[in-house]
Amino acid sequence: MEADTVKLTLPISNDRDHIQGQDTAPVTLVEYGDYECPYCGQAYPIIKQVQNKLGNKLRFVFRNFPITQIHPHAQHAAEAAEAAAAQNKFWQMHDNIYEHQEALDDNHLEKYAVIVGLDLAKFKKDMHNHAYAGHVREDFLSGVRSGVNGTPTFYINGTRYNDSWDLETLLETLRSTIK
Amino acid sequence: MVSCVECHAYILLTTYLPSMSEVASRQQESPSSALKPGTPAPDFTLHSTPDQSISLNLFRGHPTILAFYPADFSPVCGDQMTLYNEVLPEFQHFNAEVLGISVDGVWCHRAFSKDRKLRFPLLSDFEPKGEVARKYGVYRKQDGITERALFVIDSDGVIKWSYVSPIGINPGAEGILKALESISKPTKEQR
Repeated sequence: MEADTVKLTLPISNDRDHIQGQDTAPVTLVEYGDYECPYCGQAYPIIKQVQNKLGNKLRFVFRNFPITQIHPHAQHAAEAAEAAAAQNKFWQMHDNIYEHQEALDDNHLEKYAVIVGLDLAKFKKDMHNHAYAGHVREDFLSGVRSGVNGTPTFYINGTRYNDSWDLETLLETLRSTIK
Repeated sequence: MVSCVECHAYILLTTYLPSMSEVASRQQESPSSALKPGTPAPDFTLHSTPDQSISLNLFRGHPTILAFYPADFSPVCGDQMTLYNEVLPEFQHFNAEVLGISVDGVWCHRAFSKDRKLRFPLLSDFEPKGEVARKYGVYRKQDGITERALFVIDSDGVIKWSYVSPIGINPGAEGILKALESISKPTKEQR
């Protein structure tokens, strides 16, 4: 079935992607996510549990897919996380944002920058200049080309995952991929 | 969850809701009857709002994307119409127009369009029910809704690409973009 063979078109690269886990891990899970999306918010703790259970067998990659027309804060939240990445604090910012989805206006994004220990002046400058809007857009377009059809959309070892991402089903699928 | 009483709408929740799997299990095994590439696209006129109608031949001279979908108000981020709304600038690089079509009535479309801030028309294949979907070979008679089907029509009004997605799966925009690339040149640099 065509739907089972939809592939990631932009390969994972250490130069541009946000990765947790080793290149040599037997299974890679990619998420295209939107920081203001409630379903991505639900997936966030599930991914954490999956990472906990699979340990070094899993490589996890997060890419941006902000649906800006219905999520007015999603774009700035994505840029904020990328600005944090420039200061080597991507995952801290990513986590902070998902843990505070109810507060994603620019003032709160600055507060999170302080909480994760960013150079605030640099952060504010990067946000003002939209320094990372290009990267967010590149993620978004790579998702469109890869058949991303909503958020979150997951890829397991480069193939779009269409099944449920509840913990049990996702874990079972990942484990059977590892075997 | 949102419901719309006036709509002939089903509540959809991603790919794992019982109502969708019931529908999917009734999906016939026979090949899709969707009109194939090379077929002239049947013309039609449908209401987009209570007071306005849109005819397909208005878009002659532009590539046109017809996105048939089962129902308004699927409560996920990035249901198909929301996705195309987000990807709209990419379609516009090809000077292409998007038209969404379902059997929902104009009032339901209006509410849905407003909720999702859609920037392209939703057409109401409501009366006679599913008539345009039938012309395109994408009406699900047993369920009274359209298939989840895509058509890319070139600027001369000929179907260049069509695809019927499994009803529970949003086909995304990739197939549309590939079809647009094959038939037109972008109006400005994409990359």
